[in-house]
Amino acid sequence: MPLVLIIAFPLLGWLLNGLLGGYLPRRMVGVVGSAAVGFSFLIALNAVQQPERAEPWVVPLYTWIAAGDFVVRAGLLLDRLSSTMILVVTGVGFLIHVYSIGYMAEDPAAPRYFSYLNLFVASMLLLVLGDSLLVLFVGWELVGLCSYLLIGFWFERDRAASAGRKAFVVNRIGDAGFLLGMILLAVTAGTLDIGRIGERAASIAPPALTAITLLLFIGATGKSAQLPLYTWLPDAMEGPTPVSALIHAATMVTAGVYMIARLHPLFMRAELTQMVVAAVGAATAFFAATIALVQWDLKRVLAYSTISQLGYMFLAMGVAAMPAGMFHLTTHAFFKALLFLAAGSVMHAMHGAIDMRRLGGLGRPLRFTMWSFLIGALALAGVPPFAGFFSKDLILEQAFLRADGGAVLLLWMAGVLTSLVTAVYITRAAIMTFAPPSAHHVAPHEAPPSMWWPMAALAVLSIGGGALGAQSAGRPMVQGLQEFFGLTAHEGAAAPLWLALLTPAVALLGIAVGYFAYRGRRQINLGRVGTFLELEWYLEPLYDRVIAGNAKRVGRVLATTVELRVIDGAVNGIGLAAVRAGASLRRLQTGYVRNYAAAILAGTVLLIGWWLLR
Amino acid sequence: MSVPIPYYLALSALLFTMGVVGVLVRRNALVIFMSIELMLNSVNLTFVAFARQFGTVEGQVTVFFVMVIAAVEVVVGLSIIIAIFRTRDTMDIDDVDLLRG
Amino acid sequence: MTFPYLSALLFLPLCGAVVVALLGRRRSDAIRWTGLAASLAALGVAAVVFLRFASGTAGMQFEERAVWVPAAGISYHVGVDGISLPLVLLTAVIMPLALLSSWTSVTERVKEFTVSMLVLQTALLGTFLSLDLVLFYVFWDAVLVPMYFIIGLWGGSRRAYAAFKFILYTMAGSALMLVAIISLYLQSGPAGARSFDLLALRDVVVPMPLQAWLFGAFALAFAIKVPVWPLHTWLPDAHTEAPTAGSVVLAAVLLKMGTYGFLRFLLPLFPEATRQFAPLFAILAVIGILYGGAVSWAQSDMKRLVAMSSVSHLGFVTLGAFALTVEALQGSLLQMVNHGISTGGLFLLVGVLYDRTHSRLMADYGGVAALMPRFAVVATIIMLSSMALPGTNGFVGEFLILLGAFRVAPIYVVFAVGGVILSAVYLLWMYQRVMHGPVVVAARPRVVEITSRELLIFVPLILLIFGIGLYPAPLLQRSEASVRALLERVEARR
Repeated sequence: MPLVLIIAFPLLGWLLNGLLGGYLPRRMVGVVGSAAVGFSFLIALNAVQQPERAEPWVVPLYTWIAAGDFVVRAGLLLDRLSSTMILVVTGVGFLIHVYSIGYMAEDPAAPRYFSYLNLFVASMLLLVLGDSLLVLFVGWELVGLCSYLLIGFWFERDRAASAGRKAFVVNRIGDAGFLLGMILLAVTAGTLDIGRIGERAASIAPPALTAITLLLFIGATGKSAQLPLYTWLPDAMEGPTPVSALIHAATMVTAGVYMIARLHPLFMRAELTQMVVAAVGAATAFFAATIALVQWDLKRVLAYSTISQLGYMFLAMGVAAMPAGMFHLTTHAFFKALLFLAAGSVMHAMHGAIDMRRLGGLGRPLRFTMWSFLIGALALAGVPPFAGFFSKDLILEQAFLRADGGAVLLLWMAGVLTSLVTAVYITRAAIMTFAPPSAHHVAPHEAPPSMWWPMAALAVLSIGGGALGAQSAGRPMVQGLQEFFGLTAHEGAAAPLWLALLTPAVALLGIAVGYFAYRGRRQINLGRVGTFLELEWYLEPLYDRVIAGNAKRVGRVLATTVELRVIDGAVNGIGLAAVRAGASLRRLQTGYVRNYAAAILAGTVLLIGWWLLR
Repeated sequence: MSVPIPYYLALSALLFTMGVVGVLVRRNALVIFMSIELMLNSVNLTFVAFARQFGTVEGQVTVFFVMVIAAVEVVVGLSIIIAIFRTRDTMDIDDVDLLRG
Repeated sequence: MTFPYLSALLFLPLCGAVVVALLGRRRSDAIRWTGLAASLAALGVAAVVFLRFASGTAGMQFEERAVWVPAAGISYHVGVDGISLPLVLLTAVIMPLALLSSWTSVTERVKEFTVSMLVLQTALLGTFLSLDLVLFYVFWDAVLVPMYFIIGLWGGSRRAYAAFKFILYTMAGSALMLVAIISLYLQSGPAGARSFDLLALRDVVVPMPLQAWLFGAFALAFAIKVPVWPLHTWLPDAHTEAPTAGSVVLAAVLLKMGTYGFLRFLLPLFPEATRQFAPLFAILAVIGILYGGAVSWAQSDMKRLVAMSSVSHLGFVTLGAFALTVEALQGSLLQMVNHGISTGGLFLLVGVLYDRTHSRLMADYGGVAALMPRFAVVATIIMLSSMALPGTNGFVGEFLILLGAFRVAPIYVVFAVGGVILSAVYLLWMYQRVMHGPVVVAARPRVVEITSRELLIFVPLILLIFGIGLYPAPLLQRSEASVRALLERVEARR
């Protein structure tokens, strides 16, 4: 089965719904969109099981760009890493598509919605399967575009339109770094082919390697919403909720993590960059978790939680625990999609209300949703035996072993602390949403079956997904990736037992804290700390006023003062000078014939005199 | 018995100077016009004198050209003067400064 | 004797203009159709030239030569190579679209308008095709005349000022260029053996101080046309006041005369001076990229915004031209075409809106996407192309320019990348204010979905956007040999 079909199906769905969606019955639109991704998933499953999978399976397509010495051959690459990703993307993506059928049933713009959604999946697949960094970059920017289109889906609302624009622009800032890194790589290594980059990685000078990887990492911070380019993700909540699920779980934000894994030959050789990646990851994890503590919007809590969990993945990438990072990426996709779909179900039932101060007491009417949410929450908090426990534990364990008592230990501590905060905020969110008393007068109703069976599937995955990397199950996924990344490290030095017990203990402690703090209460006054957290550690005012405001001001000054007064002023000044000169010279024209005659005479005399005397 | 060439030239220079001074100092348009004719004819005289001196014909031919042009000029010039006289009721060129910048 | 393709291409629009001139003033439809037919015929010939062009050849093809003023070494000498071919094709593609776009918006003096457009096309094609400096100069200045009338007669409220500024600016540049052309002619050999032929002049080595002066005179003319910062202020005014078709041709083709001039004349004629002054141009280009982007962001008039964005985009083209590497030059050439497509498209988009409400101010719009969904899709695609999103045409050009420039001067590229961010900032800003948000259009009933004629204008552009973006090889292959030969020429005289 050709690999291209994996991407072709969602693309076909995009075109079909985009061009003809208006003529299809509403119901069909959703079915077409879901089927496109569903087929894609089936092909992916089939492709992954083929024998070629042991070796990287390269499918060359055509020569995309050839200019001078620079050649980019577009092609697809399926190996262990990308197989993991395509399964997550198409699998979770498919469930979200199915969920959307019910969620968007009332919206007249459903064709547009599903076509964007399909394009999103196709772009992500291109990103994952691209065998050249430039092809990856196409997908990389296209997911940015799709996030713009989908976050701003309800574009009549100014907030949605602005959030979409913000997502695109912030991503573009990161992408500019990525672009530079890619150019530097192309110039130093002479290729952007992923296979060849691996071969030539050893021959790149260390300073250049550090520069390349740092620049690429800037791109990753934009796409994966890490410090300092995280701001777009919380605002992305303006889009339809399944979109958030798609962005946070299956596509888009994981791209940064994936890119680092994809280019591990470069990143593993750049010590400094690894430190930076790990530090940024750990800092973001803690930073975002604390902000999630004070959010009122249920979806925003989940958004900050995503940022925080992505921080874990980057921490893993930074401490050379790529398999653990990819494992967490996978489990996170399961439980975060589940959490978002549950939140969407709440919104659906509450006619769009998502502010937790207006929720509460939903556990009884939305029993199914509540259980789904709780499973997701337990997985997120890292309670065994839910999926999130295994992956997060593995990351922390690896970080601890890597630290070996050194400075990385600080990062590990940040990770553990984050784990505590995570448990607190998700408990808070669960209590405020589902536990009585209720703060509303709506009679909510449970979602239609098309919405709840994807949730059920994800719930199962969130419970059992840990088996992919659990010690007891033989760690099938982690083991495979370990070989892929060429890692043997830390296998001998087994983690001490207290470490294995620490993370679940911290998680349970966090849940207990959250439970006792918020049980029966709607609000806790955190005073100045609360304000500090609500303002996102004062980063939000810094970005909004200091950076964005001043940038705009510079633009205005350039457009008015410099452009109109200085440059155009100089131009008009030259014109005016010519006019003035003419005005003073015109006095010579007296209009009297006599004066002209005298001038002619004088000129003649002068000419003759010069001719005679020269 | 022929008159020597310097005499012709002296007369020509005298006539020309009279023409120039006339153009510069007189105010009556007709007189200025006549002064211009005086200058043209002084040049004609020079041409003829040299033509005779060197025994060539070009000088005399040129004089015919000048005379034709002078005639044409009279036609145009007089009609302009008449037009001015009709509209402004004056022949004084100091009253006519429409081209002042 | 082969068929004179280039002469046919060159004079087809002019013949069309003659036919139009003979038609009755009242027969507007006949005039429009004749104009369109003439430009389409030219497009057909251009397509044949493009397809029959031999890719691996660096030299001139389809060359035609006829004596004109033999005593002064002036001849009618035209030819096409990998550097002029893309621009010839671009001109041929854009012109019919521009004529179509004015189908209903130009209702007064249709005849004069059509004649002006067709004459303009001949002049533009002549500029790109001539290989004789005098012939080139004639076409170069001939462009100004119809353009002056197009801005001055069918323009907006400040059209007189804009047209006057346009013509003064460009005349100032071209006058000096004429002096330089004559000076170059005098350098070309002993009296009697002199020539204005470009191919002969390329081998003339001009001694250094003089070469720098001649370079300066040519460069000024081209830099004004591009326009290179800070010589750009005629551009926003001309663009803003010109009618849609005028803006489209101005942005898509006229500006390329300058960048084409860089490649065709500056680099091969004055290699030493080019190398000496390349850093200066690179700096100006980078300033232009950032400045144009920042100023675009602060505009309230859509046409002005797009015009300023051209300053930014052409900064990339200039940077590529003076980076003097194969990738950068090919990227620069490709980006000339891309800018023609995307910015031409943006002006067409603004034109569609302007036809409906007669306003260019963003503040008068809002929520247009809800009223014109199909238009919104078209606008998104063209905006993305202008933003150089990968997969669209803009990306390939921009990436090659940045890559090529990085090889020689990384620091410029670091700053130029800022332009990549800015383009997203100002385009999305405009898109949001016009297309998104609640519907607040002043004249709501008139804001109706685009007609099929209007859609027809955009279809070729969209096809080109994705075609070049996904498979740029047809263009890159045809230009590679010429670009390599050009660079060898620049490097040989070191």
